[in-house]
Amino acid sequence: MTDNLLSIAYILASVLFIFSIRGLASPETARRGNVLGILGMVIAIGATVYSPLVTDYWPVVAAILLGGVIGIYFAIKVKMTSLPQMIAAFNGLGGLSAVFIAVAEILAGSTMLIENVLGLIIGAVAFSGSVIAFAKLQGLMKPKAIVFFGQQALNLILGLVMIAVAVLFVLSPSADYFYILAGVSILLGFLLVLPIGGADMPVVISVLNAYSGWAAVGIGFSLNNVLLIIVGAIVGASGAILSYIMTKAMNRSLTSVMLGGFGAETQTAALSSHEDKTAKSGSPDDAAFIMENANKVIIVPGYGMAVAQAQHVLKEMGDDLRQKYGVEVKYAIHPVAGRMPGHMNVLLAEANVPYEDVFELEDINREFATADVAYVIGANDVTNPLAKTDASSPIYGMPVLDVGKAKTVFFVKRSLASGYSGVENPLFFADNTIMLYGDAKKVTEEIVSALER
Amino acid sequence: MIDIWMLFTVLMLACFVGYFVVWGVTPALHSPLMSVSNAISGVVIVGALITAGVPEMSEHKVLGLIAVVLASINIFGGFAVSQRMLSMFKKKKPTLKEEKK
Repeated sequence: MTDNLLSIAYILASVLFIFSIRGLASPETARRGNVLGILGMVIAIGATVYSPLVTDYWPVVAAILLGGVIGIYFAIKVKMTSLPQMIAAFNGLGGLSAVFIAVAEILAGSTMLIENVLGLIIGAVAFSGSVIAFAKLQGLMKPKAIVFFGQQALNLILGLVMIAVAVLFVLSPSADYFYILAGVSILLGFLLVLPIGGADMPVVISVLNAYSGWAAVGIGFSLNNVLLIIVGAIVGASGAILSYIMTKAMNRSLTSVMLGGFGAETQTAALSSHEDKTAKSGSPDDAAFIMENANKVIIVPGYGMAVAQAQHVLKEMGDDLRQKYGVEVKYAIHPVAGRMPGHMNVLLAEANVPYEDVFELEDINREFATADVAYVIGANDVTNPLAKTDASSPIYGMPVLDVGKAKTVFFVKRSLASGYSGVENPLFFADNTIMLYGDAKKVTEEIVSALER
Repeated sequence: MIDIWMLFTVLMLACFVGYFVVWGVTPALHSPLMSVSNAISGVVIVGALITAGVPEMSEHKVLGLIAVVLASINIFGGFAVSQRMLSMFKKKKPTLKEEKK
């Protein structure tokens, strides 16, 4: 295969990758998009393997197959509720792969020093950051923010050391400096994600996603490879845009998320003062009675639904209401509900909820005023009206779902405890709110059996 | 050798393409977007293949092969999990569309 043919193959692959992302514009074209992506990858890999750049086939083919078997095995085995950590893990592997390529290039005597340094640093941070994100999501370590004295100073010093070693390496290239650089970058990646807690995870995952793209750009420059630059830039843009959407949906800046400690710093300040107020609580039977007599029910799922794996029974409840009682049922999703962008949409899709019934915040928020019931299951902060009224609250300015405007609000929760932000939700004590205490799945199951009586 | 400014031009243009294409993605599919983009970022495998494809055994060939395995986990796993996710996004079945009373 000549150089020209290889270039043509790379252009074709780039175009296919662009169409692949383009396909995700709607659920109807999305599957085709994924297939186009696979096709692009087959072309990119096939053309490279058959080009004169690769002369020793069998080891690389064996390596591809080995990775393929491992990857597909985990992709099939993973539960839909574990998707966020799965994506974090794949992200980390992509970053680590970039690290190995950069080191190999330097050992092979590459002269593209700065480019390799960039590929190494970004890849290493993506790798170790993903390791921590994975551990937090998988429950291997506490999901809360881990903040300690002098943390930011330490990160700053490590960052400066990293830059210094990078400069040293570029001035006098030696593999030793490169290894030190790899070590410092990996350590920095660990430390950067440690202070970021549970509900900020969607941002972290998006940022790490962007890093794995920029790492590919770095490697692309070091290998003079246009395909890697194009694809890396698109993935980098995708991660950056998702991070922007997520931080905006929390009304926080990226810096404040990355510096971390959201939950940790406000917790003591806002420790519940609800002793003097009373929240009404009800039984699943009451809830069933009110909902079957409603005209319109809007269901608001949050991370609690994912934890309790309540999406299937929730869908059953919606179907019963619709089919047996003629109630209009819709689902409302806040952009940061869950642990990764679009988390709730995937879980509802898993439970066979048609995507036409699922609405984003800005499309459904006005409808709460005309709804008889808002059924909030495992969500809290994203419904807190203080975000609109209390300028001193840490969540002030965050767009929230106006569930309080519905005639009756049900909160399915274990307790009155405040959410991740540490801010108490005044809606719990509102006149039209009824708390349904208990496990999200159990409570919903009991409602379903009451509905089916 | 390709001019570095050429590569920068390509980078800038690709950023713009990425910007517009990604904003077009519906929020409902943000999870699949992450896993698809994650899978295609596994295209670094091309770099790994070139490093690992040299004929003689060496340190960097071994590193390259490890990189091929890692990137290929990323690619196959990413596309497979995306396919699983996307196959769940279904339209309303006609049987569910019963009359509103």
